[in-house]
Amino acid sequence: MKELKEELKNKIIKELNLGHLSVQDISDNDPLFKEGLGLDSIDALELIVMLDKDYGIKLNDPIEAKKVFESIENLASYINKNRLR
Amino acid sequence: MQELKKKQNIFHYCKIEKNFVLLNDKLIISEDKSILFSEFSKILYQQIKLNYPKFFKMDDLSKLALITSEYLLTNYFKKTKKPNDISIILSNKSSSLNTDKEFQKTIGNKDNYFPSPSLFVYTLPNISIGEICIRHKFTGENIFFISENFNSKLINEYASSIIKNGQNSIVLCGWVDFNKDNFKAFMYIASDNYLNKITTNYVDQLFK
Repeated sequence: MKELKEELKNKIIKELNLGHLSVQDISDNDPLFKEGLGLDSIDALELIVMLDKDYGIKLNDPIEAKKVFESIENLASYINKNRLR
Repeated sequence: MQELKKKQNIFHYCKIEKNFVLLNDKLIISEDKSILFSEFSKILYQQIKLNYPKFFKMDDLSKLALITSEYLLTNYFKKTKKPNDISIILSNKSSSLNTDKEFQKTIGNKDNYFPSPSLFVYTLPNISIGEICIRHKFTGENIFFISENFNSKLINEYASSIIKNGQNSIVLCGWVDFNKDNFKAFMYIASDNYLNKITTNYVDQLFK
């Protein structure tokens, strides 16, 4: 799980163009949206694409997505349980 | 000479090319030409102390447009002006081609078809105007022209009509073009004061 969290932090910085941040700036339980990393709705779409592309997970339920995208902790845990690759 | 000085007092412009910034004829920064825009834009971001994380999410065209506008607006835009009193007219040759190509890479392979939402939102050149408007809450008219060359006559006539019919009193005008790693931005502030005293020839000379 620790490795997966690091991997996710690196991916989020790269794929969501958060060039002003480093992995150390993102805590496992920081909110990803609003007051946390400040991600927006386009970032949410980009995360959905990333889950599909990199882990074979299709996230279609918006209520579930809200919970999954709360933090790196939740995201890593969800990927760990549902990944196809 | 005195005439030129007078013009400089009323005409404020910023030009950014590879890899320097000119603000009203004054060289603000000059870096080695081998530096890529990704690096150069970060240097400029720091120099103008932008402190605007959304900047890093923009495509190169929007980054170039925003930075150029920041140099001008920070130095010459009166904060007392109402945000709904500012129009923006920009133009370029390459439209959003640079980002269009990047987006195409995400949809070009049937077996690896993952359209990128964050690239897609920048596949129009006028998004660069939108980024400036969002940052400063500008709500005036805006338009983005695509043309082979910088057409100061068209832009000045458009700005003039906006100002003369009382729609807005300030128009941010210019050119912002990005293709591969070649880029050029030239912006100036048009106001009533400027319209009477500056010729398109003068603007063209500065653009070159």
